[in-house]
Parts: sequence; structure tokens; C-alpha cells
Amino acid sequence: MGSFGHYLATHFDTLKAEFWFLFVGGVANGLLYAMVAVGYTLVYGVLRLINFAHSEIFMSGGFAGYFVLRAMVGATVPAGMTSVLIIVLGIAAAGTAGAAAATLVERVAYRPLRRRRAPQLAYLISAIGASYFLFNLAGKEFGHLSVSDPQPYINHTVFTIFGAPVLMYDLIILVVSVVMFIALDWLVGRTRLGRGIRSVAQDAETASLMGVNIDRTIAITFIVGGALGGVAGFLYGLNIGVVYNMGFVPALKAFTAAVLGGIGNLRGAVVGGLLLGIVENLCVVFVQAAYIDVVAFGILVLVLLVRPTGILGERLGRTA
Amino acid sequence: MIRDLLQRAPMRRLLVVLGVVAVIELITGPPGSNQYPTSGFTGSYAEAASFFGIFRTQRWLVFLALALVAWGVVELWTRFGTAIRSRGSHALAGPRQMTEKRPVRVGFALVLFVLGILLPHIVNNAFWQSALVTYVAIYVLLAIGLNVVVGFAGLLDLGYVAFYAIGAYTTAWVTGALPTPPPFGHPLDAFWAIPFAVVFVVIAGVLLGAPTLRLRGDYLAIVTLGFGEIITIFANNLYGITGGSTGTKQIPHPVFHVGPIKYTWGLAPVPYYYLALGSVVLFLVIFSLLQRSRVGRAWTAIREDEVAAESLGINPLKFKVMAFAVGAASAGFAGVITASADNFLFPSSFTLVFSINILVLVILGGMGSISGVVVGAIIIQVIQAYLNHTPPSGYQQPDLYIYVGALLITMMIFRPAGLIPSRQRRREITLYEKSHEGHPDEVLLGDDV
Repeated sequence: MGSFGHYLATHFDTLKAEFWFLFVGGVANGLLYAMVAVGYTLVYGVLRLINFAHSEIFMSGGFAGYFVLRAMVGATVPAGMTSVLIIVLGIAAAGTAGAAAATLVERVAYRPLRRRRAPQLAYLISAIGASYFLFNLAGKEFGHLSVSDPQPYINHTVFTIFGAPVLMYDLIILVVSVVMFIALDWLVGRTRLGRGIRSVAQDAETASLMGVNIDRTIAITFIVGGALGGVAGFLYGLNIGVVYNMGFVPALKAFTAAVLGGIGNLRGAVVGGLLLGIVENLCVVFVQAAYIDVVAFGILVLVLLVRPTGILGERLGRTA
Repeated sequence: MIRDLLQRAPMRRLLVVLGVVAVIELITGPPGSNQYPTSGFTGSYAEAASFFGIFRTQRWLVFLALALVAWGVVELWTRFGTAIRSRGSHALAGPRQMTEKRPVRVGFALVLFVLGILLPHIVNNAFWQSALVTYVAIYVLLAIGLNVVVGFAGLLDLGYVAFYAIGAYTTAWVTGALPTPPPFGHPLDAFWAIPFAVVFVVIAGVLLGAPTLRLRGDYLAIVTLGFGEIITIFANNLYGITGGSTGTKQIPHPVFHVGPIKYTWGLAPVPYYYLALGSVVLFLVIFSLLQRSRVGRAWTAIREDEVAAESLGINPLKFKVMAFAVGAASAGFAGVITASADNFLFPSSFTLVFSINILVLVILGGMGSISGVVVGAIIIQVIQAYLNHTPPSGYQQPDLYIYVGALLITMMIFRPAGLIPSRQRRREITLYEKSHEGHPDEVLLGDDV
């Protein structure tokens, strides 16, 4: 017990010393998880199922962004307005690719089953099939080895918080994700379209009687979630590189985040993502890097057992 | 004008057929690479290729012709399909009734069993003899085990590979091939791994199942998936216990030694085939007896309607955990046989991909139908062995997973109950779909299964 106390004491010292450094990295990761988690939560709201193919939407965004960077970035790392332009183009391409992949998945893997009123197991299996198809196809077309993205900007320290450097990369994630979250909140909470999404999530039958086009609403939900997931894939790949199976682990963590915050709850997904990212990064102090994924899955199992409705609670079809 | 044309059903079907054929053209085409990411696309659509070594022409020409033929078939089917189908089922009614008689079924099973015994002498080819073990028998064993979980109890388990890994690692541990000292201090024969492996996988099944099986179907799938990943991470990183990412290469061949009888398995695949065949038959008997027992009926009840089952006094959690543990047992067996036949094991062979591959075998044949699952597993595994043995031009091993993914979607759209469905399961699905007609709310999704 003494040695365990010693273990904790030394590691808490490391944690104190490294806290802000790990915190910044955790927030950046957490925002990425949140962007993907929002996609899970949106689809869960209207269809009541986990979109197993969401990881491949993330991957499509990563590759779309990679191709934009390949085409735009030359031998030298760009700076200034050029960098901003390239990033914006990458985001646009990744969002489009994510939305396109999501639409494809919805049309091919979900809609025929919905027409036939299939049981839930069938949806899960067909979504797993779609995910399997897409990532292995990407492996065939773009190779099975990871490639790093050409860098569109110089990744320097912009400012420091309590001595912890905040990189350009972290700042880009912050700005992009916050803009997208605000836009999404407005879309779902304030527009006619969002009212449609919420009404389908609450009670699809009544919504359809009130003139909401269910097919169209579901398609749009996939597009919105897909766009966010695609952009997250691009931002993730910017730092880590892209590979055909890049979506698997981040998507699993994002799902954890969505459950953690309360599935179906948009703000919950953001809170869950941030929390998971930060906790996971702080755990680096206590466990070896190889076991970080185990921590995330452990959190998932724990949340499902102890509080399956998540921190902010399940909210299907309501704002906030 | 164009819009009018597109409104017509045949035109819409033509577009769908064209799209499907374009996808097939892409996935059967040459691979691309990260250096030339478009080369796969140009190679598939804009280049010439040799077809079966007979003629050489542009790929798109061949596939366009194929699409038109397929469209013709689809059009004919929409016009005459119902008639053909009803006549077919009329003609098949007699034979179908025959297969329902018990003596016929038992006789058929016996014929298949004898065929299974003779098979390695019929193929008489080194590759196929070893493929019978490594590709077919082991996977049949795994598929019938997963069928208990997915088919009988209706639980989607995406971490099934974990039980297989536990079986394989137990074998390595018992025979002293791991850094961990073997039980009782000295290495034992691989046969001793069987009781250990069965006990361990059942314990693992209960430990995983007891907390998670309360969850809804989709949550369960993702938690089991995480569990499979965790097992791989541990196997990869616990160097002192599992040997880490290099695994082990020194698992001895099993020796059967009881009284005066002594038999040593060697490098030859055929003896392992019989070992695996024996296990398959053993588990087939156990699982079909279970299916017809009280337990099997409880599983069916839970799968069809958990609330109703509970109100009839069935404890769903108990029976679900039981399904997990029973299904895991055959995976543990398969792990023992693989580890002792291969002599080596690596953590990289136990990944999610593996679990999904087993799931495909179950779904192709028909969830819940034992004979269907066996047939489905044999079909897919023979195709896989053939493709790996004599790959067509442009085929890489991971391409199989693309086909597998497409197959999963196609099966769910057109034949969710599988190629050889269990009668009960098919009835269940049609009843479910009928009972939800006209409820747009349930159109989205039924209640949680």
C-alpha cells in the first residue's frame, strides 16, 4: 500500500506540473470528439439507432481534406491569408465529403430497411456492412499505409496559458468547432428545419401527420451530422495523418462522449466530448499511452452501467 | 422531358442497376495507392483489361453490357417474378415437407458427416487439405458459436474474437509457451488447455455479460466491440504476460496419451482436420439439443419480445448471460485448435475485423439456423481460401472485406433471414414487418430488440 501511495504521490506531482499542458491538448481533442458526437446524437434523435458507419464519414472528411492540401500546398509551408484560404477550402471539401458519405449511407444502408420496417438488428448489421465496405474501399483505392497531410500553416505557439503553449492547431480547432456548434444550435433550435428535426425525434407519426416530410428530415439530419463529422476528420488528419481505418477509434470515443453527455442531447454531446478529451489526456500521467483507449472504453462501460442517460440526460427532440 | 423519363419505374431501376454495376466495377478493379490515389479509379473505369484470359477490352464496355443484361433480368423479374416464385414454392412444397421429417434430417446429417470424414482424401491437395482446417473447420466452429449469441438469443456481439483469443492464449499458457509460468509449474499437453480454455471463456463471458447484457441492443454491440479492442490492447502490451506484439512461436503440437494409446499431432493438417471436425460435431449436437430445450425456447422468447418473456417468469439476464457463455465455449475450443495447429499466435490476428468476418458467416447462412450457418460458413470460407490461393489480377487480400460489407447490406435489404433461414426466424421477421405496417413512427424503427 505504501508503494501505491508513493505511486499516486509522484504521479500527482507530475499531474500538477503538466496540468495545463495536458488540459490544452485535452480540450482540442475533446472538441474534435464533440463534433463527431453531435453526428451520433443527431442520427440517434431521429432514427433511435447508433450510426455505425459514422466512423467512415469521419474518414471521408480526412481524405477529402488531404487531397485539397495535396493540391494546394507546395514545397514551402504557406503563411498568412494563403493558410486561411487553404484551411477554409479544406473544411469545405471535408464537410461536403462527409455529408455526401452520410447521404450515401442513409440511402443505401438505412432507407431500404426503413421502407420494409425491419427490426433493429437488421439496421445495425447493415450499418456495420456500410462501414466495412467504405473503409476497406478507401484502403483499396488510397493504400493501406498512413500518410501525413501537407501542412497548410506554421504550427507555432500563439500564446500560453499558465505556461502551457496553445498552438495554431489548437486555436483552429477551437474557432472552427465553436462556430459550427453555434450554427448547429441555431439551426436545430431556431429554424423551421430544426423544428422538423425535433418533431421527428419526438414523435415521427404525429410529425408526419402535421406535414413534416420524414424522409427529407432524416436525409437532412444525416447531411448536417455528416458535415460536422467530415470537418472533424479533416482537422484530426491535419495533425495525425490520414489512413483508411483512421475513423474507428475516434468514432468509438465520440460515441462514448455522446453517451456521456446524454444521447440525443446536442449540448450534452459537446459537454461529453470536452470532458472525455480532458479526462483522457490527464490520464496519460497515470497509465501508459498504450492503455489510453482502455480508459475511454472503461468510461463508456461505467457510464452505461451507472448513468445510462448521461450527464445532461437523454433529450430526444428538445433543444438544449 | 428528362424528369418525366426518370419518373418511370423501369428507368429508375436502370439507374440503380447502373450504379450497382459501377460500384462492382470499382471494387473488382485494380488497387490505387497513396502516391497515385486516382489510379484505382482510372484503372477501373478507363483502362482495358483481360477477362478470364479470353479477350481483352475496355472494362467499362464489359460492365455496361453486364448492367444491361442485369437490367433485363430485373425487368423480367418484376414482371414475372411473383408467378415464378409461387410456382417454385409450389413445386418445392413436397421436398420441403420431406426435409421436415426427423429421419430424413438425421439421415441427411449422417451423409454429410461421412462426407466430412472422407473430404480430406477427396481433395488430396496440400493447400486445400490445410485450408480445410485453417479456413473452413475452425470458422464453422466459430460461426456456430456466434450463432448461439446472435441467432438464438438475438444479441449483437462484436467482440466475439476476444473469446477466441482467450482460448488461443490459454493454450499457449498451459503448454508453457508464454512468459507467464504454466499452471502447476510445468508445461502440460495442449489437450489440457481445453478445460482451462472453456472455464476461462465462460468466466469471461459471464464477467462481460452480467453488467452489459442489461443494455439495449445497439449499446451492447458497441460495448462488446470495445471489449474486443481492450483484449487486443492488453495482449499487445502486457509483454511480461502475453509476450506482447510478437506473441509466441513455440506452442507444441498436442499429444493424446491415455493408457496404451498414444498419438502425436504433427505438421500434417489432416489430423487437425479430424480434431476440428470432432469438435464441430460435438458442438453441433450440443447446440441443437440446447435449441430444442427449455433454454432454447427461453432464448427465442427473449429475442422475440423481452418484456413478454419476462412477464412469463423468464429471467432475461440469466438466459442472455448463458447464451454469451455457451457461445463463447466453442470460440475457446476453436482458439485451442488454432493455436496448437499453427504453433504460433500474434495479437494482431485478434482484431475487430475477425469478429465481423464471423458475423458475416452467421448472417449469410441465416441467423438462428444451424444448418444455414454451417453452409454459409463453408461457402464464404471456401471462396476466401480460393481467392487467397489463386488471386485474380488486381485482388488484394483486404478486398474481401469490401465484398463482405456489401454482402451484409445486400442480405439485410433482400434476405435478412439468410440463405437457409430457420423457419421460426423467417416467420418472426415477416410478422414483425407486417405488424408494423402503417405506423410511420415504427417505420423509423421498431421497439428495441
